[in-house]
Amino acid sequence: MKDQHLVSLTVNGAEHEIVVEARRTLADVLRHDLGYTGTHLGCEHGICGACTVLLDDQPVRACLVFGVQADGCQIRTVEGLADESELSDLQQAFSDHHGLQCGFCTPGFLMLAEAYLAESDSTADPGQVRTAMASNLCRCTGYQGIVDAVCAVAKQRGKAGSP
Amino acid sequence: MTAIGQSLPRKEDPRLLRGAGRFGDDLQRPGQLHARIVRAPQAHGVLRSVDVSMAVAAPGVVRVLTAADLPDDPRIPVRLTVQGIELTEHLQPVLARETVRYVGEPVAVVLAEDPYLAEDAAELVALDIDQLPVAMDADAGTVAAEFELGFGDTDAAFAEAEHVVELDFDVGRHSAVPLEPRTLLVEPDRATGALEVFGMTKVPVFNRGVLASMLDIDEARIRVHAMDAGGGFGVRGEFYPEDFLVAWLALHTGRPVKWTEDRAEHLVAVNHSRQQQHRISAAFAADGRLLGLRADVAHDNGAYCRTHGIIVPELTLAMLPGPYRVPAYRGRIAVVLTNKTPCGTYRAPGRFEGTVVREQLLDMAADQLGVDPVQLRRRNLLEPAELPHTRPMSTLGTDVVLDAADYPGLLDAAVAEAKRLGYYAQVEQSRAAGKRVGLGVAMFLEKSGLGPQETADVSVGTSGAVRVHSGGTSLGQGIETVLGQITADGLGVSAADVTVINGDTALQPFGAGSWASRSTVVGGGAVHEAALAVRERAIEVAARILEVAVADLTLHDGVVEVRGAPGQRVSLAEVARACQPGSAWLYAGEPAGLAARRRFEVAHMTYPYGAHLAVVELDEQTGGVRVLRYLVAYEVGRAINPELVRGQLIGGVAQGVGGALSEEFGYDESGQPQAVTFMDYLMPTAAEIPEVDVLVTENAPSADNPLGAKGAGEGGLTAAGAALANAVRNALGEAGSVARLPMTPARVRAMLAGEAG
Repeated sequence: MKDQHLVSLTVNGAEHEIVVEARRTLADVLRHDLGYTGTHLGCEHGICGACTVLLDDQPVRACLVFGVQADGCQIRTVEGLADESELSDLQQAFSDHHGLQCGFCTPGFLMLAEAYLAESDSTADPGQVRTAMASNLCRCTGYQGIVDAVCAVAKQRGKAGSP
Repeated sequence: MTAIGQSLPRKEDPRLLRGAGRFGDDLQRPGQLHARIVRAPQAHGVLRSVDVSMAVAAPGVVRVLTAADLPDDPRIPVRLTVQGIELTEHLQPVLARETVRYVGEPVAVVLAEDPYLAEDAAELVALDIDQLPVAMDADAGTVAAEFELGFGDTDAAFAEAEHVVELDFDVGRHSAVPLEPRTLLVEPDRATGALEVFGMTKVPVFNRGVLASMLDIDEARIRVHAMDAGGGFGVRGEFYPEDFLVAWLALHTGRPVKWTEDRAEHLVAVNHSRQQQHRISAAFAADGRLLGLRADVAHDNGAYCRTHGIIVPELTLAMLPGPYRVPAYRGRIAVVLTNKTPCGTYRAPGRFEGTVVREQLLDMAADQLGVDPVQLRRRNLLEPAELPHTRPMSTLGTDVVLDAADYPGLLDAAVAEAKRLGYYAQVEQSRAAGKRVGLGVAMFLEKSGLGPQETADVSVGTSGAVRVHSGGTSLGQGIETVLGQITADGLGVSAADVTVINGDTALQPFGAGSWASRSTVVGGGAVHEAALAVRERAIEVAARILEVAVADLTLHDGVVEVRGAPGQRVSLAEVARACQPGSAWLYAGEPAGLAARRRFEVAHMTYPYGAHLAVVELDEQTGGVRVLRYLVAYEVGRAINPELVRGQLIGGVAQGVGGALSEEFGYDESGQPQAVTFMDYLMPTAAEIPEVDVLVTENAPSADNPLGAKGAGEGGLTAAGAALANAVRNALGEAGSVARLPMTPARVRAMLAGEAG
């Protein structure tokens, strides 16, 4: 017998009500039950951060959260960043600073950066940004473009820090 | 006006940034089944039985496949045979039949309605294995192949030498580890028996041929679709056992079959690379001239020879002399099979390994000869006047002919740039402050643009939109952007109007793929010629419409215009419409369409080169190596998109830092892999990688392709092991070498304590 549960969750403002097995990860719920395939799975053991989403505004590894744990939660994924015509400032900065190559880790870095930028004590200091971005793994870029992009947006959004 | 040389934004970015890329696991098909591979838990043994009875009875299971269910003993062929060496008896079976030879070898496949259920049932497959002794290093393994490359009289060179410098050096086992695990979805068409394949990359046309041959169906019944891929770096897209198994199951069940690798599988299943033991010696005259070079290498290839055969060993020997004047060279390599995951290429294959050994040897030689290491290199680098320089030994079936270059000029520029950026001053200041710092310099030779050919189609639609069907594949390198720029330049349109489709075998059935830093050079050459052909045809048809001579027309910004009469013009969209079937502008019998297919061939590879400079600091307590500064200087011939070249180089450095300092596939003495999670396989994060300085030069364009381009894919990585090894050696103040990569904290602590590494 499958251990099934009725779960309600809001993803990028859209409400979903689904039945999920207790052991099903939030990543699989988002990707395969709800079609938010922008959230990627790079390791499924919580190290790479490609599956980072915001759960009630906090960055979490969607591979380490069960779908049932997200019951009643607000979730933001990469699909919620841009509107139909325009990329968000952060997405545009990633493109401007060549902060992505294969793009597989990118959704996780975007959500991690969103969480970082939302923190009250975050700055545009490259050292601090580098430390924050060290939560996730990228195999293509060498991180420089990612750090540059996040610093640029931090400055635009009025965060303090050295240039 | 030309799109070439501009850092245009990447065509790939908007979809990837929106989470709208199309990666293999993103796709779902109605009625799809999920495959889970059962893998050998032991490194070597006789496979007595595979009991699937419990797995077959488990919920959701549709089928369990073992070798006994397959008609014969299908083995995966070598993609590139070199040195005429036959490897048939060492090829990997798609499923182990009688013997398992490494932990992770596929033994069975469980097919179920749901991936969770497939994984549950896979644990119920009972393997009865009689253990056999394991061979865990090259000394204990079986020699699968052995060969030599070289030229000149090394015996005479060493006999007349004033100084002989010798070095034993081991390069550790590590690999590409792209962020996206492998994934494959194969959908059969039950009416026609055709297979739609999603997730094959790198060499899709070649892989389609292998699959067709192994399934014994016509290749036209298989279509590989264009997909995004989460990094390639050599390992992704080679033909692996799973590529056969998933397709076979789809064909025989009549249902779509999807397989998504997990990370623990990836780390034992996908090609490992790099592991070699080198014994190298160099003969020098009293004045520091290099007289001869000898190398004796043991290459630990793991349990089987896979698609790369013995390419990596061959490249190791062929590229070992680097950019130096080496009058006599003799390299010998033994390819040894051990009970570990089989090996293949990883970005800068053979060059990463050979470069660290050679460049560490040169630093040791400089110390022995009492000269500055940069000066010793300067003295022995080939001068521009000595080029082209032919080395009478082949690699990848083509002679080593070093083309246009200024090696000394680049080394000087790199050192000057590092001085300007304060690298040398920082070392002095840190040392004065009592810190254990070191600076390493390494020079390298790369290869790129492996032919022999590539095909491209360029067409213009009735809206004026331009489409390119190229034979490369999108692995994250930005090839859509680069080929779009080359097309825009050749045809006379805006790069924004060009769409590039890569890796679809129906759209481009003659593609040779993206590997060996070939896509810009060879693929770009084909796209360039196809774009020029479309331009010519557009002008020819426009001449009919405008009723003027062809010679009076120009094409720019998507418009064909009469010279000196800007009002007299016709857009490319109108010309495309004039080429439609039924158009009055077409001659009787003339084929419709505004399109061209061109094939571009190259005789030899083109050889980029560069220098790496690194400044490191050692933590005397922990043995940790901190990379403080890093410079890559690289000659690219012509940068189609300079920002993408920089990106390739910086990304390569990060991988090189990993291979030099932290990444290693270790095994215990029974053959159990010790790095099966990202907690054990340590790839650098943003905290371990410094801001990388890049100096790209365009001083030596390639004469072998119309763009003058040299490949840019690998040079960020090639000398990273070498520069970091030299920097650590410099920081340690060692007379000897650092002896092996990776230079982990434990090893550096041992060296700091003066113990043998």
